[in-house]
Amino acid sequence: MTDTPETWIILGASSPMARAFARRRAADGAALILCGRDTADLDRDAADLTIRGAAVDVLPFDTRDPASLAPILARAEAAPGPINAAVFVGAMPPQEDIEADPTRLSGTVTDNFSAAAAFLLHLAPLQAARGTGAVVGVGSVAGDRGRLGNYVYGAAKAGFQTFLSGHRNRMGRAGIHVLTVKPGFVDTAMTWGLDGLFLVATPDAVAADIDRALTKKRNVIYTPWFWIGIMTIIRMIPERIFKKLQV
Amino acid sequence: MSLNTERYTGWGRVLGASGRARPEKAGELARFAAQTPGPAIGARRAYGDAALSSIRPAVQTTRLDRMLAFEPETGILEAEAGTPLSQILKVLSPRGWMPPVLPGTGYATLGGAIAADVHGKNHHHAGSFGSHVRGVRLIGPDGTARQITAESDPALFAATLGGMGLTGIIESAKIALAPCPALTVDVAERRMAGLSAFLDALTASDATFSVGWIDATATGAALGRGILEEAEFTTRANPFVPRHKPPKPVPIDAPGFALSPPVVRLFNRLYLARIPKAGRRRTRPLTAFFHPLDGLKDWNRLYGKRGFHQFQCVVPPDATEALHRMLSAAAASRLCSPLAVLKRMGPGRAGPMSFPMEGFTLALDIPNRRGAEDLITGLLDRCAAAGGRVYLAKDSLARPDHIAAMYPELDAFRETLRAADPERVFETDLARRLALRGAP
Repeated sequence: MTDTPETWIILGASSPMARAFARRRAADGAALILCGRDTADLDRDAADLTIRGAAVDVLPFDTRDPASLAPILARAEAAPGPINAAVFVGAMPPQEDIEADPTRLSGTVTDNFSAAAAFLLHLAPLQAARGTGAVVGVGSVAGDRGRLGNYVYGAAKAGFQTFLSGHRNRMGRAGIHVLTVKPGFVDTAMTWGLDGLFLVATPDAVAADIDRALTKKRNVIYTPWFWIGIMTIIRMIPERIFKKLQV
Repeated sequence: MSLNTERYTGWGRVLGASGRARPEKAGELARFAAQTPGPAIGARRAYGDAALSSIRPAVQTTRLDRMLAFEPETGILEAEAGTPLSQILKVLSPRGWMPPVLPGTGYATLGGAIAADVHGKNHHHAGSFGSHVRGVRLIGPDGTARQITAESDPALFAATLGGMGLTGIIESAKIALAPCPALTVDVAERRMAGLSAFLDALTASDATFSVGWIDATATGAALGRGILEEAEFTTRANPFVPRHKPPKPVPIDAPGFALSPPVVRLFNRLYLARIPKAGRRRTRPLTAFFHPLDGLKDWNRLYGKRGFHQFQCVVPPDATEALHRMLSAAAASRLCSPLAVLKRMGPGRAGPMSFPMEGFTLALDIPNRRGAEDLITGLLDRCAAAGGRVYLAKDSLARPDHIAAMYPELDAFRETLRAADPERVFETDLARRLALRGAP
């Protein structure tokens, strides 16, 4: 660790994965900027993370409100040392709801892809100027192949993952490490009470995997690791067969 | 808020219920409490039905686990109810503070520790958990939360300490932590030849922490033999401490023979033989000493899919004859597992339904096999006759008449609940089985 504390901007900081990730950063004594909609609740996280050793700010962020970016970027610019960003935003409305009301598509794309991508594009020059730093982008195994149950969500995540791939290509030249995280089933409100889940990971296990991947400067990880096998098989199924499957 | 309709169980996995919400934000808990109020549950480390609600959906607080305020000078900590005690220990022990009372598992939440008024290996000095609680933010049946203290609402506050969650949803609480002078303890372990020697040693012990492991398979002259552990905080600088390993999961339900009588007898004999005749001393990290079983995550699966019961009672100091009879009955049943604990208890208790009382407490894990219910019912009868009481957080088989005999303040508790929750919104399966709210 350097003398200047690391700064981490965490978007979607109320998500259980983000909370687990932030606690790990707090143990390192990082400066944290928690961004999300429910700032009253984030104030509770801020209190907790402060007790755990972090210096914490809370700023409102709403994927649907582009104006909420400016104060976050201003706060980032004021931070000393490397600026890191971890993006946990996302929402999975039921596919049937989007099919019944296709106008909900663009909101799903905003929540899972474009809002986060816009933030990272705005942040890029600030990060590059410091010459070191990291980006953690959370996608999903659902982004690897479109399927019956959630293909709008999956398509938005796929868009975000493709964006991260290009962003890595660009930012790597400026010394910024970009990590794509593809979680499988994680035990959060999104999966609470859903049927047919298996091998559900805890949010803290995902955060631990992200930690390891940051240390090792990995590019893309599946978490838990065995999802790489599951998704390799799913990607290999020919389209003429896949289109008839209920997976 | 979406409900998980999968069956959930108490730690013993015999009794279950379904219908749980699990808020991740404080606002979601407030909405749940306002719209569909029901009892709160925590990490579900209670063995029987204390954390089960079959009629109304329960709200599981495990994702509301944030420490909200901490005063490093006084050790006063305010935290959300779902905060596990192990987190408080982990984060604050390096800064010189720890939970004043630690039960056998660190997974227990702050809310659960208050609701069960848990005790630890220092009960004879420190009293129960509830006596260190300074204030509780309690959500009532109308969904409104308010701060209650011993001064503001004496009856409701006391009834909440050890009240098994029946007074309302504990949203957060303020507790006085205890100084933590070291990150390790020096543990002295001695073999105990039999019950009377064991009880004498427990009575004579003045150690800060003490606990006894008992071989519940031993009979005759060896009845009640075991190991007495006494511990003090390490005082020398820089002790060597073995690295603490992360918990290992138990991946599958163990087969039935894993805890069959010959296996348990053999295990217990070897476990006892580990300790040299002259005793031994070891330096242990706090977690390893306070929560030895937490190193094996989901160890309840070792009992197989039929699960197990735990029987824990406390009897007055002079009721040693009753303890002798209980242990004889347990050994004769050939049902006991290696997990059997004998401890001395002090008088410290916080509320009308608190378990602790001055005397000796005995805890036995009993696999859910034929004869288990008869054995436990017999133990309950003996306990009641000896003027003792059963621990509600562990119980799954007692009857209302047992509880009425064991808890003399039950009527006052009922009175407080009639005012606090007239519609019985927070009634759990335990409360229904034991008629804790009185006749319907």
